[in-house]
Amino acid sequence: MKPVREGSPWRGLWAVVAKEMADHLTSVRMGILEAIVLLTAAVTLYMALQNLPSGTSEFLFLRLFTTSQDPLPAFVGFLGFLVPLIAIALGFDSINGEFNRRTLSRVLAQPIYRDALLLGKFLAGLFTLALVLTAIWLMIIGLGIFRLGVPPTGEEVARGLLFLLATIAYGGIWLGLAMVFSVRFRQPATAALAAISVWLFFTVFWGMLVGLIAQGLAKGVFNQIQLELFLARLSPNTLYAEAILAFLNPAVRAFGPLVPLQLIQLQWAVPTPLPLSQSLLLVWPQLTGLIAGTIVLFAIGYVLFQRQEIRA
Amino acid sequence: MSEIVIETQNLTKRYGEIVAVDNLNLKIRAGEVFGILGPNGSGKTTTILMLLGLTEPTAGSARVLGFDPMRQPLEVKSRVGYLPDQVGFYDDLTARENLAYTAKLNGLSRPVAQRRIADALERMGLADVADRRVGTFSRGMRQRLGVAEILLKHPQVIILDEPTLGLDPEAAREFLQIIRAFKEEKITVLLSSHLLHQVQAVCDRVGLFSHGKMVLEGTVPELARQVLGGAYRVHVRAVGPDLTQALHKVPGAVSAQKLDSDLYTVEAQEDIRAEVARAVVQAGASLLSLSLEEPSLDEVYQRYFQGVMAV
Ligand SMILES: Nc1ncnc2c1ncn2[C@@H]1O[C@H](COP(=O)(O)OP(=O)(O)OP(=O)(O)O)[C@@H](O)[C@H]1O
Ligand SMILES: [Mg+2]
Repeated sequence: MKPVREGSPWRGLWAVVAKEMADHLTSVRMGILEAIVLLTAAVTLYMALQNLPSGTSEFLFLRLFTTSQDPLPAFVGFLGFLVPLIAIALGFDSINGEFNRRTLSRVLAQPIYRDALLLGKFLAGLFTLALVLTAIWLMIIGLGIFRLGVPPTGEEVARGLLFLLATIAYGGIWLGLAMVFSVRFRQPATAALAAISVWLFFTVFWGMLVGLIAQGLAKGVFNQIQLELFLARLSPNTLYAEAILAFLNPAVRAFGPLVPLQLIQLQWAVPTPLPLSQSLLLVWPQLTGLIAGTIVLFAIGYVLFQRQEIRA
Repeated sequence: MSEIVIETQNLTKRYGEIVAVDNLNLKIRAGEVFGILGPNGSGKTTTILMLLGLTEPTAGSARVLGFDPMRQPLEVKSRVGYLPDQVGFYDDLTARENLAYTAKLNGLSRPVAQRRIADALERMGLADVADRRVGTFSRGMRQRLGVAEILLKHPQVIILDEPTLGLDPEAAREFLQIIRAFKEEKITVLLSSHLLHQVQAVCDRVGLFSHGKMVLEGTVPELARQVLGGAYRVHVRAVGPDLTQALHKVPGAVSAQKLDSDLYTVEAQEDIRAEVARAVVQAGASLLSLSLEEPSLDEVYQRYFQGVMAV
């Protein structure tokens, strides 16, 4: 079968990461997306500060992310589509772009394995995403401190960081998907369209389908709810929504069927907040689900890329 | 005899039904300039990709500088410079930045890389445009940048796939100069091309590919002898008695033909101008001119494929 390869598959990895990150950070495409995220953050933060309940001081900083003013959703509501958008924008032309510029064979003729190129591009995308999100996160917290006049508590910081982490993992899934399509399709436009279609499918249609399928297959009401919950969680959107709900709303102790991201709202009063460790335990499966999904998608892209003929 | 640098044994590549490379046995010695030619789709690029470990052979094996390209591609690729048939660069980066990326991928330290990049750009005449975006480069400049990238690695072997494709005659001529310079530096060169006179001008040996097989191999005179019989032609202009018989008897002559009242052509295995001159004078004719036409690869190529078609 396949011969044993010699030498490290990761040779050249950091060279690729550095080059790709520099590309992302200086590209017009990312500039536009950063501007949108910044605008969203500024507007939703302003709304949140206007609408913070007076008198409560519990979890104020978490409310900055989740407080909304009709008709606009809160910051987390926007993240539900901004993160996939950025992730897809970072990945949809990563391999086919090299191919079309005819740089692929030249780069792979250097002493590196394809592994390093693919992982390097993936990591560069993920780091860029993480960088943007972290910057926004810091900005919101920072402005929050400035306007509220109090520092966040340790638990708020911890919950906020976990929320950030879950968001990055959620982006990882879409980045992985976009990269799979960038290997599979020669045309970047096709790859972008395919990735956006998948996102639309999960965002718009999956919820409806889940209801229909569960109705058709289930025996009994209880069974139907169980099945619905299970099916809904096949969507990364559900996993992400549940994860950030648990982190940003300490009152959540269990999940009902389908929480649309846009409707996440922290109750004004949190009667018996769950300790952080319990919240973490509650969404551990969701978090691992997001990360596992990312790894699976990367593996699919890896297998496709290894088999691909690199010449035009 | 010097050592073998590139060697393949029954190297085969199939794409489904299509056999792109068919049991290829190739040996290239150190310091040699070897040209591979053949019609479109005869397997030249596929062979090159297999030598670099960029495509997996279906069967057979290859060795480059003693390394197996499938098992030890990093060893091979760090010693071999490759110019693909369609070379592309990152248009948004400058020439220098493009090369800096390659240098990094090759694990060169920054000071070494900087020095080598400057040298390579200088040598390829790109020093003036080093900090210009490659997007503004012409085809010829890109091609030279491709060679600069190869130089950066200080390679022992250089593989060029149709390097002069799309270059104007002057640029192509410069390119041949560059290849000759590689030869002076004792670098082994493997190049594929369709431009036969160019191949003839720089290559020590050539291999003719057809349907994935190397059907002919050797120096140009060797091939000419195999395919054309007589490889050299002596053109004689002389007035006097008919010389056809006399020229035929010249030692070394394969055939002699009268083309015009005073024009004859003698085909021979080697340069027999002296013998021909003597024969003309002995036959009592006056010699007006004598010229030698060396065998041309063009002719070999044409004649070979005509022969194949006829069969
Ligand atoms: N990815 C592929 N899938 C199927 N067939 C392929 C593939 N790549 C190459 N081939 C076939 O392999 C054969 C050899 O192709 P190759 O590119 O090696 O020829 P070549 O001698 O370099 O031709 P050219 O002079 O046009 O560059 C051709 O018949 C081609 O159609
Ligand atoms: Mg070719």
